[in-house]
Amino acid sequence: MIGDDEIRRLKIKARDLRVATLDAFGHLGVGHIGGALSVIEVLTILYYRHMKIDPGQPRLAERDKLVLSKGHAGPALYSVLADKGFFPKEWLHTLNRGGTSLPSHCDMRRTPGIDMTTGSLGQGMSAAIGLTLGNRLNGSPGKVYMIIGDGESNEGQIWEGAMCAAHYRLRDLIGFMDYNHMQIDGYCRDIMNIDVPEEKWAAFGWFAQRVDGHDFAALDRAIERAKQEDVRPSMIVMDTVKGKGAFFAENNVGNHNMKVDEAMAAEAIRRLMEEVL
Amino acid sequence: MGATTEMEPKEMRVVYAETLVRLAEVNPDVVILEADLMKASATGIFQKRFPDRAFNVGVAEANMLGIAAGLSASGKIPFAASFTCFSSRRAYDQFFISCNYSGLNVKLVGTDPGIAAEYNGGTHMCFEDLGLMRNVPGLVVFEPCDPPSVAALVERAAAHKGCTYLRLHRKPIRPIYRDGESFELGKGKVIRDGGDVTLIAVGAIMVPEAIAAADLLKADGVSAAVIDMHTIKPIDRELVVAFARKTRGFVTCENHQVVNGLGSAVAEVLCEACPRPLRRVGIRDEFGEVGTLDYLKGRYRLTAATIAEEARVVLEG
Repeated sequence: MIGDDEIRRLKIKARDLRVATLDAFGHLGVGHIGGALSVIEVLTILYYRHMKIDPGQPRLAERDKLVLSKGHAGPALYSVLADKGFFPKEWLHTLNRGGTSLPSHCDMRRTPGIDMTTGSLGQGMSAAIGLTLGNRLNGSPGKVYMIIGDGESNEGQIWEGAMCAAHYRLRDLIGFMDYNHMQIDGYCRDIMNIDVPEEKWAAFGWFAQRVDGHDFAALDRAIERAKQEDVRPSMIVMDTVKGKGAFFAENNVGNHNMKVDEAMAAEAIRRLMEEVL
Repeated sequence: MGATTEMEPKEMRVVYAETLVRLAEVNPDVVILEADLMKASATGIFQKRFPDRAFNVGVAEANMLGIAAGLSASGKIPFAASFTCFSSRRAYDQFFISCNYSGLNVKLVGTDPGIAAEYNGGTHMCFEDLGLMRNVPGLVVFEPCDPPSVAALVERAAAHKGCTYLRLHRKPIRPIYRDGESFELGKGKVIRDGGDVTLIAVGAIMVPEAIAAADLLKADGVSAAVIDMHTIKPIDRELVVAFARKTRGFVTCENHQVVNGLGSAVAEVLCEACPRPLRRVGIRDEFGEVGTLDYLKGRYRLTAATIAEEARVVLEG
C-alpha cells in the first residue's frame, strides 16, 4: 500500500519531469508533446518506485527493463534518465539536434538507459517478449515493462505479440496501454475504434486491468497485482489525457506532434509550478 | 568416408539444422525461431535437443523477428527462419529496425529462394530478397551453394558480430566442395580458373549451372572461370577486379532479379574499379509462377545454355 508521503514525492517528481520535458520541447520548438506528457506518471512510478536499475551499470543483465514501444514518447523518458543520472541533464537541450544522443524516437545504440530501439509502431511489443524470454533463458529475475500506445494498437504486430506472450506464459512481462483516446488524425473512436481494450487483452489471455493513468495509488495497486500473477502477462490499460499538464495541448487533437515555442513552454511550466501538490 | 559418399546429395536444410545443433552444443547462447515452418527448415532436431532454446511462434514473421531482437538484446544469438518471401518481403521493417538499426545480432534465414519455391508458385517465389537485404546498412548477405558451404558459412555467420541474412536452398544438393573446406564471409571461391571469360554465380541452382556452362564453353575452346560468390554483401571486390584484369568479360548468374542482386553488385564493382563487358543471367523484371524446378529453369532461362550463350555475347562484343 502506497502512503500519502510517497504519493506526494511521486507527484513532485512527475511535475519536475513534465517541466523538464516541456523545457526540452520548448528549446527545440516542436515535438511529440501529447503522447510524451500522457506517460509521465507511469514512467515516474516505474523508475522511482518499482524498477530495479543502476544508472552506473546501464547494461547490468539482472536489471528490470523498459520497452517504450510508443517510441515517440522518448523525450519523456529522456527526462527520467537524465534525472536518474544515466547522462548529464544538459543533454536534454540537444533533443533532435544533429549529432545528438537524444533522437525523437528511442535508440538503444545512442542513449544510455534505453533498453530497446522503438519508433516503428508495434515492434516494441515483440522485442519485449524477446527480452522476457531472454531473461527466462538467462535465469535473470528482472521484470520487463512495456508501454504501448492506443493508436499503436491498430498495428497487427501488437496482436501477434498479444497471442504469443500469453502462449509463453510471460508473467514477468507487465505492459501498459496509454489510452489517451487520441491518435494522429483524431480521436481513436473515429479513426480506429479500440473500444474497451482491457476486454481484448483479457480475451487474449492476459491479466488485464484498467486504471486512471495519472493516479499514483491506482497505478501502484495495479502494478502490485500484476507482480502477483504467476502465469499470465499483464496489461494495465491507463486512461490518460494526451498532452497532460500543458495548457495548450490538453484536449487539442492536434497535439500529437506540434509546435512548442519557448513562450508556450515557459507559460505551461509557470502554471505547473503554481499547482499545489 | 570415401569420395563417393561425400558426393551424394544431401538436404541443405538438414545440414543447416545439424550445424546449429553442433554450434548450440558448445554455445549456450545459440537459439532458434520458427514461424510454423519448423518442418520445412528441419530444425525439429534442434528443438528436440534444446527444447527451451527453440521458439516456434506460429504464423507471425513480424513478431518472430521482434522476439529475435529482444533475445539478441539479452545476449542470445538467434537464428530465425521462414520462406524467403516472408523473411524478407513480409518482415522487412522488423528486420531493418528492430534487428539491424538497433545494432543487434540476429541471423535471418530465407528458405526456398526464387524458383526453388516450385509448386508454391508466384506468391511464394521471391526474386527480390537479395536486393532488399543489400540495402540494409552493414548487413552480411550470403547464399551457399552446397552442403559443405552451408555448414561452414553458418558457422561463420554465428561467429560474426552483427546481423546476417542467409538465403538457403532446402533441398538435396550434390556437394561441390569437400567436407571441411574453409570459407570466409565476403571472400568468393574460385571453383575453376579460366582466361577468357568469368562466370560469377551464386546459390545452389546457379553455381552448378555455371559449372555446366563452363563445360559447354570449353567444348568450344573457350576458357571460362567460375566463381562462387556466396557472399553478395560485402561483395569480394578484390576477386572481381583480379578477374577483370585476367579475362575479357563477365556473366553473372543468379536465381533472383538482375536488378539489385549479384549482377548489380558485380556491375557496381566493375564500373567503379575496372570496366569490362558484363551480361547478367537472372530474372528480368518478372513475377514468379508455379512449376517444377526444371520447368522454371527453362521458363526464366536460368540454364547452362543461357549462361554459355551470354558468355559468347560478351566475348564477341
